[in-house]
Amino acid sequence: MLQIALWKRLVIWFLCIGGLLLALPNAFYSRVESFNDAKLTSETAEGWPSFLPSSLVNLGLDLRGGAHLLAEVQVADVYEQRMAALWPEVRDLLRNERAKVGTIRLQKGEPNELKIKLSKPEAINDAVKLVETLAKPVSSIGSVGKLDLEVIGENSDLIVRLSEAERRATDDRTMQQALEIIRRRIDEVGTREPTIQRQGTERILIQVPGIGSASELKQLIGTTAQLTFQPVIAARVNSDSIAGSGEELLPSLENPSEFYLLDAGAVVTGEELVDAQPSFDQNGRPAVNFRFNPSGARKFGDYTAENIGNPFAIVLDNEVISAPTIQSHIPGGSGIITGSFTIEESTELAVLLRAGALPAGLLFLEERTIGPELGADSIRAGKIACVVAFGAVLIFMAASYGLFGLFANVALLLNVGLIFGLLSGIGATLTLPGIAGIVLTIGMAVDANVLIFERIREELVSAKGPARAIELGYEKAMSAILDANVTTFIAAVILFVMGSGPVRGFSITLGLGIITSVFTAIFVTRLLVVMWFERRRPKTIEV
Amino acid sequence: MRLKLVPKNTSWDFFSRSKLWIGISIVLVVLSLLSFFIQSLNFGIDFRGGTSIRTESSEPIDVADYRSALSSLDLGDITISEVFDPNFADDQNVAMIRIQAQPGQEAATSTLVENSLQKLREVSEDIKFVSVESVGPKVSGELIKTAIIAVILAISAVLFYIWIRFEWQFAVGAISALIHDVILTIGIFSALQIKFDLAIIAAILTIVGYSLNDTVVVFDRVRENLRKFKKRSLVEVMNLSINETMSRTVMTSVTTLLALISLFILGGDVIRGFVFAMIWGVVVGTYSSIFIASAILLWTGVKRDWSKPNAEAGTQVPQ
Repeated sequence: MLQIALWKRLVIWFLCIGGLLLALPNAFYSRVESFNDAKLTSETAEGWPSFLPSSLVNLGLDLRGGAHLLAEVQVADVYEQRMAALWPEVRDLLRNERAKVGTIRLQKGEPNELKIKLSKPEAINDAVKLVETLAKPVSSIGSVGKLDLEVIGENSDLIVRLSEAERRATDDRTMQQALEIIRRRIDEVGTREPTIQRQGTERILIQVPGIGSASELKQLIGTTAQLTFQPVIAARVNSDSIAGSGEELLPSLENPSEFYLLDAGAVVTGEELVDAQPSFDQNGRPAVNFRFNPSGARKFGDYTAENIGNPFAIVLDNEVISAPTIQSHIPGGSGIITGSFTIEESTELAVLLRAGALPAGLLFLEERTIGPELGADSIRAGKIACVVAFGAVLIFMAASYGLFGLFANVALLLNVGLIFGLLSGIGATLTLPGIAGIVLTIGMAVDANVLIFERIREELVSAKGPARAIELGYEKAMSAILDANVTTFIAAVILFVMGSGPVRGFSITLGLGIITSVFTAIFVTRLLVVMWFERRRPKTIEV
Repeated sequence: MRLKLVPKNTSWDFFSRSKLWIGISIVLVVLSLLSFFIQSLNFGIDFRGGTSIRTESSEPIDVADYRSALSSLDLGDITISEVFDPNFADDQNVAMIRIQAQPGQEAATSTLVENSLQKLREVSEDIKFVSVESVGPKVSGELIKTAIIAVILAISAVLFYIWIRFEWQFAVGAISALIHDVILTIGIFSALQIKFDLAIIAAILTIVGYSLNDTVVVFDRVRENLRKFKKRSLVEVMNLSINETMSRTVMTSVTTLLALISLFILGGDVIRGFVFAMIWGVVVGTYSSIFIASAILLWTGVKRDWSKPNAEAGTQVPQ
């Protein structure tokens, strides 16, 4: 009767002490935080003993302040760029076979396809076969043997678009690239613990604590910082010039009423840049030096060799930064962008170019800014509420169950310690609803103990002696405790899976609270009761 | 002397008036549904899309001034309300401004926020925006869908769990109580037009968990007593079980309410709605596990002898 093996006792104490040690750093939050920061930058960090755990509970944005963005990557943008880049190749291929397919003309069609009209409709099948030779195998796992292009002949129209498999592969690449670029841009500013996560197939969640506002964050990420080098068809035209197919009309950065008519197919894009540095041109004005990778350098070199004397445009975010005339063949793949920049602008542009261009535009679906004062207010209010809730429950339990109530109170204190320990251990984030979850747990954690104590009371009535009553109390209350907590746990798991942000934070504390409260009720209080019973051997007990 | 909220041995009859309780519950459910269909819920931006701005200023707030300042921006539907909280300092005047989703836009543009700040500065010089949240219609639509799925999933999962652990009659009783609690919670949010956002869904799911917790404890005792007292009628056994667990039910509700009420008063206005939902849920959940879940279990009846195979199965005549 009422025996707990020594090894079990040791395990229980070990778990409790381990959990409390994990929780300990949170009691000295700012000290440990500066210690951790110091450790990142140098080896010699002081202020916290290095043998103790130093991981902290992350504070959510609603407690610390910062910005939250949910962005949808416009993956279809990439299809359009691919098609625009493919057009010259298709055009040259079909022109060489003019005798067979006749003359060709690019039609206005869907932006993600090329629609080409042939003057000899009867040759459509030959044309399809010709263009199909341009298709390459899709380079991704799971689509082995599939081609990247889909070529269809419809009467006299030849339609070229990306195949389904290639689109999926492209989407994936676009997302990875976008994630990487966003991460690098945010890292350049060096903020603490940003969250940059892919959500679903096309979305990215960005949370940066400590940043002033969501618009600041958006500026940092740059909605579409796309750099391209495009051939100029006509410079300095006005806004009502009409762009033909395969052409586009873009404004000048310096003078928005001035427009350029450009070939939509870029010679080189910012993706092929390897470096960009702020510098000065020969007149001492701020400028940006850049260098291409080998393939970019080759394309740039070939183009400049063939087009000496022609202007070409440097386009950033659909605005023409400058349109210099090519003076000579530029073989080395490096060049300089000049414009009327200030020093800050040229530095910023260099950073943007270095971090690389986002492969596609971002559409912001959700944005939240939480000021640090509001977070601090919430923490303060949460702390006070926790302390008061704690006090009230402790007093109430002691008044209702006497000594046993005190045992339950020890378990309750331990319980909250363990929740914090687990939260820091798994690196979870504490949010405002999370604090509410802890307070709720304080109320509900006593439930398992109450079930047991009430049961012991009942068993005492049947007068089988205190030891037996305690044993039966634990035994018989078990199924109710189990069923009751499993059902609540189910709700917590569903919240975790379906919820996001603060709601998820709540589900984590609720779920952990259920685990720790069951642990403390069936193991810790039981151990306390048994230890007390062994020392005192009371003939009667009052619960 | 021990504090005892419930006398030691109670033998209250919970079923003599069960028709009355069920009647009251039905009326409340109907009222909740009526309120929901007539005036709907005061959906927050999470579910409706739009922008919600929390402002703070040292000057007293005049809602009408704020409104006229913003009206020139032509932003469509704007709701402005002052927020009061005992935690605020004397010169801390807080207001919530909600602006409808702008046509053709997802999340709010920076210009919208910038312009609003400028206009409001004309009314109140030191006004600042302590939080700005903006949700596009695309996401808010999905959030509603996910929230409804989450609640349905949670209810079905526990239905399944109780069905396995008990008998189907218990599951029916527990789920009726649960749906009752969820409807009444939505009802009070609709009736009082309290802001209904994502956090409230979390609260509802917690209520689901809590209400079940209570119901399960009573049912567990019913199951045990059904095995123990094979001769007594079902009403007697159920009355006995509820009386036996009464003390625990009250103790747990009181401790939980103590914690929640301190959070309600002291926890700040940001989570007050959330905590209110939970307090309401605890009260309604406790009531429903005694008066609704048990009454329904009594009506559906329950198989008494758990050790023998199903009696009906034995009487079937082979074809």
